[in-house]
Amino acid sequence: MISFGKPLKIALGLIVIAGLIIVPMNFNRYGLFILSQWAVMTIAAMGLNLTLGYAGQVSLAQGAFVGIGAYAAAIMTTHGWPLPAAIVVAIVLSFAVGWVLGYPALRVQHHYLAFVTLAFSTLAFLVFRNESWLTGGIYGISNIPRPHIFGFATNKPLPFYYVCLGSLAIVSLAVWWLIRSPWGRAFMALRENPLRAQSLGIDTRRYTLMAFAIGSALGGIAGALYAPLTQYIDPVPFNLSLSLDLLMMVIVGGAGFYFGPFLGAMIAVLLPEWLRFTEGYYLMLYAVAVMLLLIWSPTGILGILDRYLAERRTKAASALRAVAKSRLETVQ
Amino acid sequence: MSNLFDLLVAGLATGAIYALVAVGFTLLWQTSQTINFAQGEFVMLPAFLMLAAMHAGAPFWLAIILGILLSMILLGLGFKLLLVDPMMRHGVLPLAIATMALAIGLKEAVKQFFSAEASPFPSIVPTGDISILGHAVSLQSIGVLVVAIVAVFGLTALLNRTSLGHQMQAAAQNPTVARIIGVPVERMILLTFLINAFLVALASLLITPIYLAKFSSGEVLGQAAFIAAIVGGFNQVRGAIAGGLLIGVLDNLAAAYISTQYRAAVPMIFLIAVILFRPQGLLGRAEERTV
Repeated sequence: MISFGKPLKIALGLIVIAGLIIVPMNFNRYGLFILSQWAVMTIAAMGLNLTLGYAGQVSLAQGAFVGIGAYAAAIMTTHGWPLPAAIVVAIVLSFAVGWVLGYPALRVQHHYLAFVTLAFSTLAFLVFRNESWLTGGIYGISNIPRPHIFGFATNKPLPFYYVCLGSLAIVSLAVWWLIRSPWGRAFMALRENPLRAQSLGIDTRRYTLMAFAIGSALGGIAGALYAPLTQYIDPVPFNLSLSLDLLMMVIVGGAGFYFGPFLGAMIAVLLPEWLRFTEGYYLMLYAVAVMLLLIWSPTGILGILDRYLAERRTKAASALRAVAKSRLETVQ
Repeated sequence: MSNLFDLLVAGLATGAIYALVAVGFTLLWQTSQTINFAQGEFVMLPAFLMLAAMHAGAPFWLAIILGILLSMILLGLGFKLLLVDPMMRHGVLPLAIATMALAIGLKEAVKQFFSAEASPFPSIVPTGDISILGHAVSLQSIGVLVVAIVAVFGLTALLNRTSLGHQMQAAAQNPTVARIIGVPVERMILLTFLINAFLVALASLLITPIYLAKFSSGEVLGQAAFIAAIVGGFNQVRGAIAGGLLIGVLDNLAAAYISTQYRAAVPMIFLIAVILFRPQGLLGRAEERTV
């Protein structure tokens, strides 16, 4: 089982990647927009998964960081800067703000932290809405250009989808590396038992701040892609409900699982589209589905899979033990 | 200074409603570690239940009774049995997320089955002004304040003076010990859910005539109630009351003296300051850290 498990996984991964590249080629404009949105939201949810799923810090502010990234990209690219420069600024800016937002996490935990970050979300929304000299206020910023990548214009939906998909691939690899590095292990130690982590010599202060800052930076990247994707931004998409949606994506997909955000974002972005035939009922059905899922499996979809695999592993192990025992008995 | 007096009265009236909503919020937290992110929607729904009863031809007083009863069945009993009970063993966070989903579901259901438009709602207090110390004060503000104060005093009297209230407090503070000394803990928890449903229905009845019945009206109210509960003390009923009044007054004063654009920011900054410097809330007691 284990011997061909890894090649199977790699093959499956390649098929999914090839599918994501080839299948959308004959999608219409709207389908491509939805898929691009999925890629962007996955990046933001991956950031929150680092903060919440791996480091165990509840944050209700991820939507605000998507907003910060989006405004940074919108303001810079409409003033003639290239998108990559805007992405760098979005990363630096949201990293710095995320670092500062991490300080409350050093003092308070759990629901208190949730409410501090919730307050931050609302404050960020008010700044987006009220500082119209910078953000255009309620009228927002329109005509956000899409970038030229290596001389290719990405104005059309398909090339820009590849920009989003490519960014998702880069971020995925970076996060994959990060959670396998000592950093990722330190994050997990922080989640499981902060006191013990500290006694093992992990600088919990630094890693708590880092978990917030890196998670927020990923939110910033997502925002910097969201602005050219929609080509128009105003404060409304970045209100508290985006933060709540992202939190739901992470939990529904499976917090602390690498592929959780991919699935969670897929459900949050695509399920309402699939349920569109139900017309006005789709968000209602979505809400009911989320509640039923959480009652059934509080660790999300991947939690179900994980439990199933763990059960099979214990069964296989006890079967092996039984065989070994009977052999031992025959020898005796 | 007449302006300040008017602002204080209006602030206390909205604050009293925040307090009603926040008290239910802290009751649920104390007895069952439930953070109800749908608390704002819980206030929005009863008004629509009452409107639906009136559309069906019921007179206003009957609609109020029906609305309160239905709200206790749906938002008290139903909420506990269908969502909180199956999720209780999963811990605080998944349940909090589930209540977020519930908030979306309730909002969408009202939008779909009732109306996306704001509907007017009759007031239980006659409109008009009366003169107090030379100031014209709207009867509505006074009425809201009086009803909310009576409800809150009734609740604190129930909790502190009656044997039922003592049992409820025992169940909230230490379920294991309460069970040993013979308190029916489960029944007490159910009771807090019913009380919460009653309080949100009452808040709905008081606030909807002022702000109209709208499917999205729960968002702002829910947030204000959270802030009130945390500022005052997450685990104290009197904290939630004080927090509610404080946030109501602060909100009104901020709108008048600081900036209407950033009025919502003032309670938020206050919230952050309170959490950072006194996490247990102004009147709360510190919760012991679990290691």
